[in-house]
Amino acid sequence: MTGQELIWRIAGGSGDGIDSTSQNFAKALMRSGLDVFTHRHYPSRIRGGHTFVEVRASNDDVRSRGDGYNFLLALGDSFARNPQEGAYYGNEEVKPLSENLHDLREGGVIVYDEGLLEEDDIADLNLEERAEENDWHVYPLNLREIAREHGREVMRNTAGVAATAALLGMDTSYFEELIQENMSGDVMEANLKVLDQAYDEVSEMDHDHDLTIPEAEAHDEDQVLLSGSNAIAYGALDEGCRFISGYPMTPWTDVFTIMSQNLPKFGGISEQVEDEIAAASLAIGASHAGVKAMSGSSGGGFALMSEPLGLAEMTETPVVLVEAMRAGPSTGMPTKPEQGDLEHVLYTSQGDSSRVVFAPGNLRECYDQTRKAFEIAYDYQIPAIVVYDQKLQGELRNVDEGFFDREPSGDPGSVLTEEEIAEAAHHESGKFQRFQHEPEDGSNVSPRSVPGQKDGRFLATGNEHNESGHISEDPQNRVFQMDRRLGKLDDIRTDLDENASHQTYHGPEDADHGILVWGSHQDTVFEAVDRLNENGHSVKALGVSDLMPYPVEEVSEWLESVDQALVVEMNATGQFRGLTQKEIGRFGPKLSSLLKYNGNPFEPHEIVEGFESSINGEELAANNMKYVPAAGD
Amino acid sequence: MSAFSAIGEERETDRDEFTPGIEPQATWCPGCGDFGVLKALKQAMPMVGKNPDEVALFTGIGCSGKLNSYFESYGFHTIHGRELPVARAAKLANPELEVIAAGGDGDNYGIGGNHFIHTARENHDMVSIVFNNEIFGLTKGQTSPTSPKGHKSKTQPSGSAKSPIRPLSLSLTAGASYVARTAAVNPNQAKEILAEAIEHDGFAHVDFLTQCPTWNKDAKQYVPYTDIQQSDEYDHDVSDRQEAAEIMYETESKLYEGEVLTGRYYVDEDRPSYQEEKSATGEMPDEPLAERYFDEDAEWERTADELLDYHK
Repeated sequence: MTGQELIWRIAGGSGDGIDSTSQNFAKALMRSGLDVFTHRHYPSRIRGGHTFVEVRASNDDVRSRGDGYNFLLALGDSFARNPQEGAYYGNEEVKPLSENLHDLREGGVIVYDEGLLEEDDIADLNLEERAEENDWHVYPLNLREIAREHGREVMRNTAGVAATAALLGMDTSYFEELIQENMSGDVMEANLKVLDQAYDEVSEMDHDHDLTIPEAEAHDEDQVLLSGSNAIAYGALDEGCRFISGYPMTPWTDVFTIMSQNLPKFGGISEQVEDEIAAASLAIGASHAGVKAMSGSSGGGFALMSEPLGLAEMTETPVVLVEAMRAGPSTGMPTKPEQGDLEHVLYTSQGDSSRVVFAPGNLRECYDQTRKAFEIAYDYQIPAIVVYDQKLQGELRNVDEGFFDREPSGDPGSVLTEEEIAEAAHHESGKFQRFQHEPEDGSNVSPRSVPGQKDGRFLATGNEHNESGHISEDPQNRVFQMDRRLGKLDDIRTDLDENASHQTYHGPEDADHGILVWGSHQDTVFEAVDRLNENGHSVKALGVSDLMPYPVEEVSEWLESVDQALVVEMNATGQFRGLTQKEIGRFGPKLSSLLKYNGNPFEPHEIVEGFESSINGEELAANNMKYVPAAGD
Repeated sequence: MSAFSAIGEERETDRDEFTPGIEPQATWCPGCGDFGVLKALKQAMPMVGKNPDEVALFTGIGCSGKLNSYFESYGFHTIHGRELPVARAAKLANPELEVIAAGGDGDNYGIGGNHFIHTARENHDMVSIVFNNEIFGLTKGQTSPTSPKGHKSKTQPSGSAKSPIRPLSLSLTAGASYVARTAAVNPNQAKEILAEAIEHDGFAHVDFLTQCPTWNKDAKQYVPYTDIQQSDEYDHDVSDRQEAAEIMYETESKLYEGEVLTGRYYVDEDRPSYQEEKSATGEMPDEPLAERYFDEDAEWERTADELLDYHK
């Protein structure tokens, strides 16, 4: 990213409308012609606490949350106050101001709501002195009063947005439009008044900051603003998924909700069920009956799915599961991102189990790889998992609508029609040979039938079984069936290599150093790589999105081409580095790790610092990250 | 033409068609009550006019789960306690299938108890046959959720401190719209009840008493039964929930004293099935969802056309 940028942070308590306000703000910026990206930070709590959302905007490609931020709108936490008793929980209310100051850049702007914050609390923050030191420009505004005067207290969000616009020289017409689109009646009228009033009042004030809204190109009307969860859900819908079953769990709930709200429109079925074992089992049942089905969860819920996952594999029932990671172990940090479930997703379930795992690296890949997951699952009759995390779930990003303009498909893969079943191999008893040792087409996929089809009867079982599906402990049959099931992974690897490599290369091909990344931090790493090259380093990056089967050849070639590679991931044990070493079996001395697991995603400058200290052999200065040197170092 | 021409095919079937032409791996012991369930189920199929290709039988784990090995239809031998969630999704995906679930007392009253409660609560249109032999058979004789209090086994050597579950009361309370009990030693009643349960539009729970001659020699499966529909002493209105609850309570209290009642306890013809409830809220497709994947003319709408305007 080049040129001027705004990183606007709105902070308040959960339940104060921070999220919806920031979404509208981001949309308004997009409509004004800017590229936007949001980063969401919230506690596992319904009302109150410290919540913020950042909206980063610039006139060209914005790929990450950026470094720190330069505009703070601190609204106060209205839920720190107990309205029944007038109780007041200490400085909880002032957190949206006090907790955010450490990341505010030099020259930044602060707007806080003096209507909600007590003067004494502000005094404790030493704000004046710190503002002087950092060249911050502080505007205490009584946003609450403006909101109350024209509407209700909650509308101080609108007043804050208007103040932002007035201070940055933005046009409020986009906010007006959004208020008119999203609200109606008195609420809409009141919000419009609050917007106008606050804008006028703040416009008349003296300003002494340099920050302005970045200059924008003309708005491209085909831009849409959505999250990784939207893209996963839309990928599933476009691939003909019409059945979802789930149990709510953060952050998986997002995909589940989007699907549930839309499936009936598309003639599909959504089921909220009693637990995650049931959820995955329903998806298997629907798929067995001939429907393209999906389920999913987050760490703890996915743990319960380990059992049905193995059943899907053994019965060769296609199914797509989504795993939306959050920080663990156990319930961990429910609303914070982490890439700590990698090994869980790769290896959970008993036996020599196998599944396909894709880890999209950004919004577009969320769509692409969800479609691919369905395609592979149904063509090869194997469970496929799309693993992403709370970061991709929570961030909104603009993308050209044309990206989604793809052919939909309802292709159920290797399911036979009745005419084809009539021609296919049957046991002398009339039973369909569902699990042939050596399928006729020479592949490892034995075509399947669906209940209700004439003469397609077979038995699906989680026990080892013979060609008709009947339970068998015959040693020779066992070897045939195991080899065939496991052989699918090799076929899928070949298929992906030939048709749809999901690995993303960035930076100069002949660079000396490499950064290896998987999942949601791909674009943050790419931004850091650009900066490192501008700083005179020679670096390139590889974002790996196929995790199982692992792209051994592609990654090996890339690792051959660099002197050393830093593996960047958001967990404490370097799980992806471990996977890479296990799959490739060499390069151990070339791989070191930069790890972060405090619940906050990497900022690009952290990767720059991590990389620089690693090649200089210096100790990592930042204490929120961990550097793990190469094996043998 | 339907992609599922076996469904609704009108032809005479006989019980032999439901016998697989493949020698199953023998797992049921001589004298096992499970043979009685198998026989009754095979007999019920021609009575309700079903053919093997339109029946999808889902089973759990253990001896009962092996029912699929002996019964010819589409089959899915799932995992312990999970046959109900797998089965009910198949029914939602294709409501025209005849969906039957079968599992043991461990599957349905123990490890899968949660699924049992919720499948009954939602009143999915299917039959749930529970092989109740008051023991874990295939794992060699441990105490099950229906074993009597004080039951001694290798895992509860001093005798179980737990009172047994009351399956009939449980499913009635959860919301099953058909609740019956029958027994392997009563084949005529068993086939009638299974046929009735299959034809019932809603969740039909059949607690099927089966004897385990290997691990549970003393259990009450050998005592004579009284058929509540045949007995003058028990004249209750099966559509009356309160009466059903009372008689269930009574019989479940006396079960371990050797007084065993079988027959229909509760039949609610009026309660809509889950699929009907879901249709009423507009969240169930009009045509069987599974058909769509075989229809060359099916329209697969793009999200780009339908949903993206919201994000602009």
